[in-house]
Amino acid sequence: MITLPRPEVAAPRRLRARDLRRPLRRTLREWACELPLLVAALVSIFTTVGIVAVLAAETLAFFRLVPLGQFLTDTQWTPLFLEKHFGIVVLLSGTLLTTAIAMLVALPLGLLSAIYLSEYARPGVRRVLKPVLEILAGIPTVVYGYFALLFVTPLLQALIPGLAVFNALSAGIVMGIMILPLVSSMSEDAMAAVPRALREGAYALGATRFEVATQIVVPAALSGIVAAFILAVSRAIGETMIVAIAAGLSPTLTLNPLVPIETMTAYIVQVSQGDTPQGTLEYRTIFAVGTTLFMLTLALNIVSQWVLDRFREEYQ
Amino acid sequence: MVSSPSPSAAAASALFPAAEVAFDIRALSLWYGSFQALRDITLQIPARQVTALIGPSGCGKSSLLRCLNRLNELVPDVRIRGEVYFEGANIYAPDTDPVEVRRRIGMVFQKPNPFPKSIYDNVAWGPRINGYRGNLDELVERSLRRAALWDEVKDKLRQSGLALSGGQQQRLCIARALALEPDVILMDEPCSALDPIATYRIEGLISELKSQYTIVIVTHNMQQASRVSDYTAFMLAGEERVGELIEFAPTSQFFTKPRDKRSEDYITGRFG
Amino acid sequence: MSPPAASYSAPHLMRRRLRGRLFEWLALASTVVAIVVLALLLLDVLHDGLPRLSWSFLTNYPSRLAARAGIAPALVGSVALIVLTAALALPTGIAAAVWLEEYARRSWLTRVIEVNIANLAGVPSIIYGLLGLGLFVRALNLQRSLLAGALTMALLVLPIIILNTREALRAVPRSQREAAYALGATRSQVVWGVVVPAALPGIFTGIILALSRAIGETAPLIVVGAVAFIAFLPTSPLDPFTVLPIQIFNWVSRPQPAFHANAAAAILVLLVVLLSLNATAIVLRDRARRSLRW
Repeated sequence: MITLPRPEVAAPRRLRARDLRRPLRRTLREWACELPLLVAALVSIFTTVGIVAVLAAETLAFFRLVPLGQFLTDTQWTPLFLEKHFGIVVLLSGTLLTTAIAMLVALPLGLLSAIYLSEYARPGVRRVLKPVLEILAGIPTVVYGYFALLFVTPLLQALIPGLAVFNALSAGIVMGIMILPLVSSMSEDAMAAVPRALREGAYALGATRFEVATQIVVPAALSGIVAAFILAVSRAIGETMIVAIAAGLSPTLTLNPLVPIETMTAYIVQVSQGDTPQGTLEYRTIFAVGTTLFMLTLALNIVSQWVLDRFREEYQ
Repeated sequence: MVSSPSPSAAAASALFPAAEVAFDIRALSLWYGSFQALRDITLQIPARQVTALIGPSGCGKSSLLRCLNRLNELVPDVRIRGEVYFEGANIYAPDTDPVEVRRRIGMVFQKPNPFPKSIYDNVAWGPRINGYRGNLDELVERSLRRAALWDEVKDKLRQSGLALSGGQQQRLCIARALALEPDVILMDEPCSALDPIATYRIEGLISELKSQYTIVIVTHNMQQASRVSDYTAFMLAGEERVGELIEFAPTSQFFTKPRDKRSEDYITGRFG
Repeated sequence: MSPPAASYSAPHLMRRRLRGRLFEWLALASTVVAIVVLALLLLDVLHDGLPRLSWSFLTNYPSRLAARAGIAPALVGSVALIVLTAALALPTGIAAAVWLEEYARRSWLTRVIEVNIANLAGVPSIIYGLLGLGLFVRALNLQRSLLAGALTMALLVLPIIILNTREALRAVPRSQREAAYALGATRSQVVWGVVVPAALPGIFTGIILALSRAIGETAPLIVVGAVAFIAFLPTSPLDPFTVLPIQIFNWVSRPQPAFHANAAAAILVLLVVLLSLNATAIVLRDRARRSLRW
């Protein structure tokens, strides 16, 4: 080992208290560094305030002209016609119809594929399948809309005579496929959090993989799975392009999946594409619909988070 | 159980003349939240010697070490009572800046933790942020030489520090600490993550360094303490698992004629 | 004492096995359905759109004649929008994440901000469009400009950037921070000198995820007023604009099959752009992971 010639070893320093005080320059500099960061963090609050303010302002203006009771109970939605009706139920039915169909596809398939990936698949298979599901989640919704209108609808029309070109069924099915990865990955995360010891205990009792998966793991991961389901519904309700392209722009109060309908989101798009001047009643309708949409999805998101927090299984 | 400073520790405070004391610790107590980790530690650490802090795991030796450069304050909810005089100034005085304290004290950690920067930048970063105005190249070379690493890395200063072996990384961390030209180097089990050969080299380095630096080393390895240190402080977690200082003595005396029965039990392996 | 043999019947075990097998196939089929649909989608788009792809398609402007229509303004608009969105959202998002992760003490304010960001991440994108319409287009009088669109998209992707950056910062081991503090560094020096550089790969990945999302968004931009028939390329942030997804939407909504082919070709371009973005993200993330090697 190399040793340097030892320098003169001085007596150890003696310090005074003021040597250890923080220089003012540094205090100011630190504060100056932190301030812009705090402002940036507050932007997110500003966003929420902005959303609430914009929605509230225009919606309140809307309700000054259209009574809330009529909004909630009228059974027609014709704000763009001469004889105007403002029954939100019509758009709600469109949204709920497409959402229900989407959930019939996404929830079972998503959960099943999560079970497969979590309990059955070999690591090599998982490594291939998971990225594919991620790709599915990354495809822009307008592309799904194209697929729904120009591939799925003609296909279904061959199978179901009398299926209209615009219908809730195609849109719902494709939306379900789009949401499937969300359900799958969230459920899988929930199942991965179940400790191995639980599974091993069941296997040791002679249970089959099917029994372990369905009677041990899924119940143990239930809160995460339920939260995933609720989030999926929220996602479906807020989805725009697939339904705007494939489900139609005809507000109809119906539960028939084979006819054109209009969802809340599609209505907002429809009006935005036209030239609706600011300050008119028609302009305000999109905010009224937007508020309904916002409150619905917010409620669902909050419930989903609450389910996660409240019922989260504690594994030591 | 004893709750006041043990007699052997109090006797030690008369051991050193004031000018030769690096740290003068007076009745230091430490809490993490409601859990008390240290109780009434009173100890003087001599300058330009190697002092080892030993004891079974959980006795608070690392906590004590981190009190010396106020690194404990990175943990939320930490509370300190007592005083620590570093070169004559109380580092826990109300208006003392921890940054100023840490500039003057170097630390080496248990697991080597070089930055994901080049070897050069690892050593140069500390001086740079503290406003060093001199020749950085010279300072880097000097620090790497003092850490006995220069010959192995002088041709690859731009390489990442993470590309070195474990022992080399630890020496890089020592060079990084030396670059600030502190008077004291704190070492928290610096060899426990290293293989025996790397350990041997670092222990040799410690013997080299002590002529210029005060070194306080935490170790759980008694043989290492007896090889490397001049003074030994023995700690135990007493009742309620609160760390206390049991005995402080010159190393040779501690390991051959310990004054406290608990020290003797520890040395002879009756508990660990 | 072992249970009497008569209580456990062999056929029962066989039935359980069979049920298990059937379920396994069902679960596998569910997973495969997604892949099959993805393949069908890609094949369909390729089949419809590939013949239509050409250099003139990339450089033409929209036209009433399907054969002469192109995506030039949409492509340029998409790129311009992404660049502007990134310039707005990146510094803000990273700064906010750094504050939350490295500076903020646990208090009611930080809790409110965190809950707020989590909620914003789940708000439908069309609501952001309404925000943009009411605030940027009307109240701030930016009209239907690129700037209004970029501001809207920046707010949309901000939660994604913040969440991803926070995760990247959290992944930097505590020992790195301790080493930096032990050298007498102030908090800002530790954060910007050691933590953020070490978290950079993760931050990049988050950025690319956010931008991928932004490129594919249609609804908020329609609401903010990006229309499809733009006859010129935008030259300033205050110009009207259009983006690829809106062009696609416009063409899909027309009845003529020729326009559908245009839409498919434009979809291919969009997918290629997205694919390259994500591939870049993966390469960046791998290279950085190799150089960090915790």
